[in-house]
Amino acid sequence: MPQLLDKVWIVPAVMAASFLLILFFGKRAGTKATAAIGIAAVSICLVFSVVVAGQWINRVNHPPTGEALAEDIRQASGLTPQTPEVVEGEIDAATHDSGETVEGDHAADDHASDGEHAAAEGEHGDEHGGAHASVPPVVRTATWFEIGPIDFEIGTLVDGLTAMMLITVCIISLLVHIYSTEYLHGDVRFTHYYAFLSLFTASMLFYVMSSNTLQMLVGWELVGLCSFGLIGHWWEEKKNTDAALKAFLTNRVGDMGLIIGVTITFFAAGATSFNVLHINEYALSGAANSTLLLVGALCLFGGVTSKSGQFPLHTWLPDAMAGPTPVSALIHAATMVVAGVYLIARLYAVFFEGLGIGSSSFHYVAFIGGFTTVMGGALAFVQTDLKKVLAYSTISQLGYMVMALGVGAWTAGVFHLFTHAFFKACLFLGAGSVSHACHHTFDMREMGGLRKYMKSTHITFLIATLALAGIVPLAGFWSKDEILAGAQQGQENAYTAMLVMGLVTALMTAAYMGRAYWMTFWGEYRGHGTPHESPKVITVPLWILAICAVFLGFLNLPAWFNAPSWATTRFEHFVEPTFAFPAVEHPEFTPWLAVLSTVLAVAGLAIAYLYYERNKGPHGLTHRNAAARAGYTFLENKYYLDTLYTDIIAADTKGPLARAAYWINQNVLDGIVDGAATVFKKLSGVVYRGVDQLVVDGVVNGTGLASEESGQLLRRMQTGKVQQYAAILFAGVVVLAGVLVFVV
Amino acid sequence: MLVNQFLFLGAILFCIGVYGVLVRRNLVLVLMSIELILNSVNINLVAFGAMWHANDTANLSGQVFALFVIAVAAAEVGVGLALVLMIFRNRQSIDADDVDLLKG
Repeated sequence: MPQLLDKVWIVPAVMAASFLLILFFGKRAGTKATAAIGIAAVSICLVFSVVVAGQWINRVNHPPTGEALAEDIRQASGLTPQTPEVVEGEIDAATHDSGETVEGDHAADDHASDGEHAAAEGEHGDEHGGAHASVPPVVRTATWFEIGPIDFEIGTLVDGLTAMMLITVCIISLLVHIYSTEYLHGDVRFTHYYAFLSLFTASMLFYVMSSNTLQMLVGWELVGLCSFGLIGHWWEEKKNTDAALKAFLTNRVGDMGLIIGVTITFFAAGATSFNVLHINEYALSGAANSTLLLVGALCLFGGVTSKSGQFPLHTWLPDAMAGPTPVSALIHAATMVVAGVYLIARLYAVFFEGLGIGSSSFHYVAFIGGFTTVMGGALAFVQTDLKKVLAYSTISQLGYMVMALGVGAWTAGVFHLFTHAFFKACLFLGAGSVSHACHHTFDMREMGGLRKYMKSTHITFLIATLALAGIVPLAGFWSKDEILAGAQQGQENAYTAMLVMGLVTALMTAAYMGRAYWMTFWGEYRGHGTPHESPKVITVPLWILAICAVFLGFLNLPAWFNAPSWATTRFEHFVEPTFAFPAVEHPEFTPWLAVLSTVLAVAGLAIAYLYYERNKGPHGLTHRNAAARAGYTFLENKYYLDTLYTDIIAADTKGPLARAAYWINQNVLDGIVDGAATVFKKLSGVVYRGVDQLVVDGVVNGTGLASEESGQLLRRMQTGKVQQYAAILFAGVVVLAGVLVFVV
Repeated sequence: MLVNQFLFLGAILFCIGVYGVLVRRNLVLVLMSIELILNSVNINLVAFGAMWHANDTANLSGQVFALFVIAVAAAEVGVGLALVLMIFRNRQSIDADDVDLLKG
């Protein structure tokens, strides 16, 4: 079987080809053919992704040794010719590790981080009963362009994280492609929509397999562009274009941070290579400049803040729900918004060392994540739009992932990314199905009682809700529990605040999802007309996602359960990098925490049931109590962040800024332009009279005059008398003869 | 053998020819003067040929050269007389001074 690991560029290339095909021939080929092209392309990509994942698993199980390993490390280390001894040292260390048994003496290792790393691997290996050597990712690069001595590369990097992202993106994208054939049926811009879906999938795949930060930036911007285009899909309504613009501009704020962060890390790591592993190795090397790393990581986190909807740049995400629902499922729940989380996971060494995740008391990433998760969860309660509830839920869950990465629980964060993609996509597609049935409304006040009309949608929505709430044994339970365990145990010191925020969110998540569920599916139908179940093309993707939401959690079954080693912590084993990766702790499964979070989730669901279905509890509190009313208004206005951004920051800056710009334009720029024009006018007058008229014309006229005068003079010689000519000729002959005789 | 007499004769003929070419207005006479010049040259050729090959009487290159010149002169006179005839037909004159279209 050919190795696909070093040819993964094929996968985004297939999607890009699909994009071009649809773009140029979609309109002519018709909607059926368009959808078929898209679906076929994603299916091919999914097959490739599965093969890539399989080959990666094989690689972890049978790690390369000897010269093959050395070659892989050389490829992976960004090929920095300036530091061959470092690379050689690592090759030595790695081949050393793989060659010896897990009880081996690691103290002899001169490479500090690799030593720690190997020690961690050792423990890990004991747990699993199998050695887990350092497996370098498969990196293949080509020169993109060169500036001076710096070789800017484009390439692919494949490891467990990449393979996991490939599969996630491809599955969700495939289901969304299928689902959209019905959801977007008869849409005026059907081909446009499918072209963008293909382009988005291509960009996202390109992004996750980037081998360097520059390439990641390109992919990052491309997915942002697709997000913009798809949010504004129905651009006839101003609300939608405003949402698209808001998403784009809010992301620009964070992207500036990303660009600066990429630049800083590039220069910090010796200004030789953008290679991700090179930067990670630099961050771990101990010789790293901690100030540069801190600033670089903070700037990169700015990009994460906007793309992954972290406080305070999350405001675009709920508005992005203006796009078609399948788009919300694909882009604004499962894949694009986790690009930021992926960035942290990919450049984990930079964040780990730069922001002191394992050591200091400066819990920036964890705090922002934790704050976002609580804040987003609270906002979800006051939304009446089903999709907006899910959007705030997404913000909240993204906060969870960032918090997990912030407390050092890398695997937990990435695992939550993985499971969340499936059940959140299921919820969004379910919401789309509901809206399809209820005359395209998302207002939960016009729904109710839908369980009687839409069996499949109801069951799958319920499963996904329970998974999101974290009910045992669904997918969400395992990933959320790992995050909480990570927060409880932390790296070196416990993250109590993050644990509390996580638990509060667990309760809130269950409660607001319960609210959405009961308002939508129970009670009496409050809309008009009769709702109907969606066709198979919608329900089958829902079922697939629901099944994923049930079973995917077992991929990372904690070792606590005494299951055979091939069944536990598979996700951690295969996805967590073992190369250029900080030595993170792996939190133990904590029974009391799991029970507590489950109790909280059940309590949240129960509260929602009692309040919204049984109509018990303090209804109308907001009318009676001023404090409650104030709180409700505060939430309803989304903490006034939008007001702050548009009315205060934007309005207060754009007036003076515009006036200042106008003044500069009138006085400075126009002055410069006018002055330059005057000077040039004068100068050209001088040139006209002095040079053109006098010199150039003088030369031309003089030449003419001279030829005329000389002609006038010489014409006298032409008498036309033959004998005169002959006389001159003979005179000449006489002279020449004289010369011949007397001189020569 | 004395060459001088032949050379003197050739020089005198040449001078008469040149005088005729430069002075006579009648084109026919100009042509005849040219013949004189050519024949003076022929005398020179034959004289020098006879002088250089006095010991080798079979070598007649000088004389042969003169024969060639006579042939060429005949052709030249043919063309020249034809031109003169055409000029006379067009202008009713064979005066050299009347043919001055190239006057500047």
